[in-house]
Amino acid sequence: MIPLSKTRTGINGLDEITMGGLPTGRTTLICGGPGCGKTLFGMEFLVNGVTKFKEPGVFVTFEEKTEELVLNVASLGFDLEKLQAEKKLRVDHVHIDKHEIEETGEYDLDGLFIRLEHAINSIGAKRVVLDTIENLFGGLTNEGILRAELRRLFHWLKEKKVTAIVTGEQGQGSLTRHGLEEYVSDCVILLDHRVINQVSTRRLRVIKYRGSAHGTNEFPFLIDEDGITVLPVTSLKLNRKVYSERISTGIPTLDAMFGGKGFYRGSSVLVSGTAGTGKTSIAASFVNEVCNRKQKALYFAFEESPQQIIRNMRSIGLNLEPHLKKGLLQFHAARPALFGLEMHLSTIYKTVKEFKPSAVVLDPITNLVSVGLASEVNSMLLRLIDYLQGEGISVLLTALTSVVDEKMDEGVSSLVDAWISVKDVESKGERNRLLYIMKSRGMKHSNQVREFLITSKGLKLIEIYLGPLGILVGSEREEQKLQKLTGQALKDQQVRADFARRRQGNGASQYSKTKARS
Amino acid sequence: MAKKQQTWELRLYVAGNTAKSLTALQNLRKYCETHLPGQYQIEVIDLLIQPQLAEGDQILAIPTLVRKVPEPIRKIIGDLSNEEKVLVGLNIRPMKQLLQ
Repeated sequence: MIPLSKTRTGINGLDEITMGGLPTGRTTLICGGPGCGKTLFGMEFLVNGVTKFKEPGVFVTFEEKTEELVLNVASLGFDLEKLQAEKKLRVDHVHIDKHEIEETGEYDLDGLFIRLEHAINSIGAKRVVLDTIENLFGGLTNEGILRAELRRLFHWLKEKKVTAIVTGEQGQGSLTRHGLEEYVSDCVILLDHRVINQVSTRRLRVIKYRGSAHGTNEFPFLIDEDGITVLPVTSLKLNRKVYSERISTGIPTLDAMFGGKGFYRGSSVLVSGTAGTGKTSIAASFVNEVCNRKQKALYFAFEESPQQIIRNMRSIGLNLEPHLKKGLLQFHAARPALFGLEMHLSTIYKTVKEFKPSAVVLDPITNLVSVGLASEVNSMLLRLIDYLQGEGISVLLTALTSVVDEKMDEGVSSLVDAWISVKDVESKGERNRLLYIMKSRGMKHSNQVREFLITSKGLKLIEIYLGPLGILVGSEREEQKLQKLTGQALKDQQVRADFARRRQGNGASQYSKTKARS
Repeated sequence: MAKKQQTWELRLYVAGNTAKSLTALQNLRKYCETHLPGQYQIEVIDLLIQPQLAEGDQILAIPTLVRKVPEPIRKIIGDLSNEEKVLVGLNIRPMKQLLQ
């Protein structure tokens, strides 16, 4: 038995889902609502065919004019004019206008067949896209003839042994408005463009793939300047490489808590805490340390602008500017609501790919929840962490926790290797920070709570004072320390005084003795 | 009365000698002789021989009759079996009325 041969689309991620691409020599139906990316899908299939697989293609457009199409896809870096001049691609605009056409008597669509055949033969095309053939229904009234001819067309395409894509507008209650799915039965892919909470996400699903296994889930996909990228979530496997190399956190006293050496390389660290607990400062210290070791760090800021972070960090004795100038540090600031989660993910992917950092900071991930549901954010982070760790890149995430809702933390915490929690403690009219390690996979770590100080010379952890009255922090600890010191000083003085008195006493007695002798 | 002197340039697209094409050509000749005697030119284009011409006139269906002149371009598809429709499509009716 010969397995079904497949034609690779070259569209990122799609070939993984379909396990090799679209069925060779058959017709695939791409359906979806308006603006879901059908035309682009078809065009990318053809352009990739030419540029990556040396297969010329024909694009028959029933909607847009050739010039419009050329302009529209130019923004994605597709130079159709050049490809057409090189005779590797042919765009044929089929124009039908009901007002120009009068129908009388029997006819067939041989004209279309002839045009298509001529186009295919003139460049030796292996790939054909018909976008959107259903427009014929708008131009011609005799549906009986049209349906018979469409059936003949799909048969004919099979005979021509071209791998074809037919696009169709989604109808109500059916995949396509005119039931194209009846004729195309080998492979059907549905594109979907959904808006949830005012944020749009595109999704793709392979509904049917005759004779082949395929991913059946809905996969998010995005369209950006690189064309279509499908993100297969479920293809994640837990078999990444692990490193036992350790990297410093940039805070010596924190390193001490992590067995004296810091995090594992390529591990994921979550820093969670309430507002103003110094999460960004911890992140910045880490980044500073990475850069000091002449390695690259990438900082994704979802809350503050890079300038703001640099200014603020100067106040704790961290000067990030030189790193930025040397090109060791790169900031990427974007409001989470700027675009959907998948877009964020792809931006992160792309920047990481370009910059090749050894550490990445996401500050804070909690802001992303504003553009997606917690479960979606988790799945996005899962993919991201997985990707970064696969590349051996350490990642530090900060998360804002409120006292009430800690769900987010729980979701992410199972993904991360180490979790540092920073808390506020309020007592006697002041607020102090406490830091402790919730978990740290695979290493000995301190189980103690430390007081976390943000000073003008950097971050510092100090041991808290455990007295008879419980944990003492801040001024109470200072007071205790002072008391201890004064106590000690008093004691010392007492001792010294005693000693002096004794000595004096001795001296005096000696003196008196000599005096007495004389 | 410039309209009377005008020549009608008609183009019939066919694909091989099919029954439909032959019927269409016969019908067209008949109508033209009746309504436009001496005022018409018919050009028959076989797309099997000249496939590259299909794109120019946006031919999809076979047979297609294209009225190139007078403008605007009109298209009639099918075997032209309905005389009424063909005449309306080609806008010949008024001419006949004028002649009557």
